[in-house]
Amino acid sequence: MGVLEAQGIRVKFGGHIAVIDADIDVEPGRITGLIGPNGAGKTTLFNVMTGLQTPVTGRVLLNGIDVTGFAPHDRAQRGMARTFQRIELFGSLTARENLQVAAEIKRSFSAQQQPVAERVDHVIELVGLRPFIDTRADVLTTGQARLVELARALVTRPKVVLLDEPASGLDADETESFAVLLQQLTREGLAILLVEHDIPLVMKVCHRIYVLDLGRIIASGTGEEVQRDPAVIDAYLGAPADVGH
Amino acid sequence: MQDLVQFTIFGLVLAAIYAVAASGLVVTYTTTGIFNFAHGAIGMIGAFAYWQLRVGWHWPVIPSALIVLIVVGPGMGIVIDRVIMRGLEGVSEVTKTVVSIGLLFGLIALAPIIWNPKRTYSVEPFFGANRVTIFGAGVTWHQLTAIAIAIAVAVGLRLFLYGTRAGVSMRAVVDNRSLARLNGARPTRASSMSWALGCALAALSGMLVAERLGLEVLALTFLVVNAYAAAVVGRLVSLPLTFLGAVILGLTQSYAQGYLKDNPGWLPEGYDLTTPLRLAIPVIILFITLLVLPSAPLRTYGLQRSRESVPRPTWKLSIIGFGVLIAAVAIVSGLLGEGDLVGWSRGLAVALIMLSLVPLTGYGGQISLAQMSFAGIGAFTMAHFGATGSPIGLVLAVIVSGCVGAVVALPALRLRGIYLALATLAFAYFVDKVVFTQKALVEAGSMPVARLQIAGISFAGPRAYMILLAVVFSLVGAGVIFLRLGPFGRRLQAMKDSPAACATLGMNLTITKMQVFILSAAIAGLGGALLAGVNTQAQVDDFNALQNLPVLLLAVAGGIALVSGSLFGGLLFASLGIIAKKVPSFEFFGVDGKVVVQDLLLLAPALIGISLGRNPNGAVNDISVRVKAAYEKYRLPEGERSADPSPTSLVQSIDLESLGLDRPFTAADLTLIDRGLHLDEESAASLRVGAAASWTGVERTSWAYQTGLNADEPERVS
Repeated sequence: MGVLEAQGIRVKFGGHIAVIDADIDVEPGRITGLIGPNGAGKTTLFNVMTGLQTPVTGRVLLNGIDVTGFAPHDRAQRGMARTFQRIELFGSLTARENLQVAAEIKRSFSAQQQPVAERVDHVIELVGLRPFIDTRADVLTTGQARLVELARALVTRPKVVLLDEPASGLDADETESFAVLLQQLTREGLAILLVEHDIPLVMKVCHRIYVLDLGRIIASGTGEEVQRDPAVIDAYLGAPADVGH
Repeated sequence: MQDLVQFTIFGLVLAAIYAVAASGLVVTYTTTGIFNFAHGAIGMIGAFAYWQLRVGWHWPVIPSALIVLIVVGPGMGIVIDRVIMRGLEGVSEVTKTVVSIGLLFGLIALAPIIWNPKRTYSVEPFFGANRVTIFGAGVTWHQLTAIAIAIAVAVGLRLFLYGTRAGVSMRAVVDNRSLARLNGARPTRASSMSWALGCALAALSGMLVAERLGLEVLALTFLVVNAYAAAVVGRLVSLPLTFLGAVILGLTQSYAQGYLKDNPGWLPEGYDLTTPLRLAIPVIILFITLLVLPSAPLRTYGLQRSRESVPRPTWKLSIIGFGVLIAAVAIVSGLLGEGDLVGWSRGLAVALIMLSLVPLTGYGGQISLAQMSFAGIGAFTMAHFGATGSPIGLVLAVIVSGCVGAVVALPALRLRGIYLALATLAFAYFVDKVVFTQKALVEAGSMPVARLQIAGISFAGPRAYMILLAVVFSLVGAGVIFLRLGPFGRRLQAMKDSPAACATLGMNLTITKMQVFILSAAIAGLGGALLAGVNTQAQVDDFNALQNLPVLLLAVAGGIALVSGSLFGGLLFASLGIIAKKVPSFEFFGVDGKVVVQDLLLLAPALIGISLGRNPNGAVNDISVRVKAAYEKYRLPEGERSADPSPTSLVQSIDLESLGLDRPFTAADLTLIDRGLHLDEESAASLRVGAAASWTGVERTSWAYQTGLNADEPERVS
């Protein structure tokens, strides 16, 4: 059983059905990929799982508990964290303060106490934020900002973290070390749900991949399986030669 | 039965006027995102303009009305849009609110300058006093006309917004500004059009109501506050629901007027419910509507470099500042006469009330238009429990206003932005009409309060009291700064920057808002209690709902996120009153010169408010940035100067949306973009070499455009 499960999620915006009966299972210690063309409903699904969007039908289970009706902060307090496609850092605070706020929020609801500064310093080293840690968040480059946002999520010691296009804005080297970081995180038992357009990265790190198109999950399986799936090739990936090199 | 028909018709007439006014508010809000607090004032000017044509110049009814509707109203709208509102992109909801409040003051000040306030003005109803009888109830043609006009407006707006190209493009702009532009709509033209249309509707409602209310500046201006309720029923976006809201509002008000006559028997002596309730019905409906509205989902906006940010306070500078304040007050107070002492002391007390907005609005981004009401509750608590100057009264004032703050916060804090502002304003009006009218609570509107006595030390003298105020301001100010530099302050700042991110990190937004709201109400209550001491009486007039508008305005003018900003705002507040008192009386075109000068003084906060669209960080920050720059210019060699203190100002000056789409971009644009992206001259120049120049330019523009110029990845350009 996964740490985070979405079952039969359906979302409507006015008359438009954005997500149709989607099932997703995110397992601990694994990286689960969610790919699909723009507008497929990936971010909407993220919003449903983190409580920013109410589904018409379906349930979200976190550690086996039905959290569908829970507020976003309730879910976060039960071990869920995320990043945003359009970066949502606290722009008027420095990168370090962004992490501090997260750690302080965590301390306010959690009995397990690690000093804020210690936790923050640990994550700064883990993600490698040292060079720009005292820069105001609103002047960071996109690549830096994405790393800070990931770090901020990690500070809260989540059991599952949802990353919305974390590698967009990273250059090739940065993406390389980002992949290493993700794999390192899963070794500590973290479950990761990854939305990403960088297909080589997804194929490289994900244990299981879901492909979403027009709000529907059209395929799921390992990288090789989905790459061979004719529906996926048709909807998103194109001919196999285009990807994976 | 005849009564019922009469009240129903009267209610529908009211509903018609509210509907016309409220639909104007909705049209402007949906297209531009600005809730126009000056809507009523525009209606008021429209009514006066109609008087000028119809009565002043003896024009016939129809040309007069048409000129107001087609020329005056839309004309005001276009001027307001071009001159004031265009500059408001990228500012916070607080600044937008304050700018439209500034406009409100401007128009209120303008009217008596044009139309001599010593005269009384009235206009005849349309079609004179002619009336028809419906089910035995007499109805004037004017009233029927009002209803017909409201129906025509409803149908007309529907046809316009859905059936014409202009209307469709206005709706498109609401949905997605940049997308609409790419498809050929012009957001600027749409916003001009919506201001013109909104102001025409405001003017129309002004003309319709002037016959009944008479031409009285404030009455006309604030009638529209009632229409807010109707607009909120439509959630500020739906016209049909707005019309429904207007009908509910009009009928309820009319029936209450007719049938709510006797106080219930259980009401103790000294309390009155019927009159206050009748007056408060629109704000009660407004408040209830806001409470039953489903709360909007948390939205994400993406990281933006806000135009609004001030450096964070440092202890060293703050302590020096407070020391200088206390010393300056101690010295200057020795030089002032008693009248001026009281005047400036009021300023310090008001500064304390404005300080209550610093954690709430400045750090936390929540707008409140009820701080003066919390202050009033503090003042009257002081009058009841500390009339002899006992500090116990002061403590109770803090506790009681904090508790009232909690009671208001509980339901109101689901709301955000403009909705919270409206809910707090509704609460302020409720306090005005229902609490501050009870003889048992406020006697005849004022109660004596002696100045403080603490541990045998008396602050009864005006000078001692002024110094006390400076000390209290410094202590509370230091507390607020302490807050800002600690975890709670960080949390407030985070909540302002991204509520969605806070929630997904586990922050309970409601509790955080609740805490800061209570704290803020308590500080306001303290300020109110001390203000009562300045005047040696608590007076209802000091704390009426309208006072909330200048308080927010001047607090933002000083700098809403700075303790020094509220001191600046408070002293500005006091100085206007002091100057007004010193104006000599003289005749000026047959008008008492004193009146004119005081109106001109009212224009001052108006201009300040309007100018905030250009400089939203407030006066204190502006001054300190300039002083720092000047200091560095003289004292430091070239290399050690800090960077341009306001890098965003460069970016603001390019209308990015139109670059490359509406107009080709120029070399000057490129230079600006390079600086916005922090490219140095050398690398920028190397990018422009050769045939790739124009392509690079396009590329950079589109990045800058997509990222809102987040200084994004200059290295990718090469």
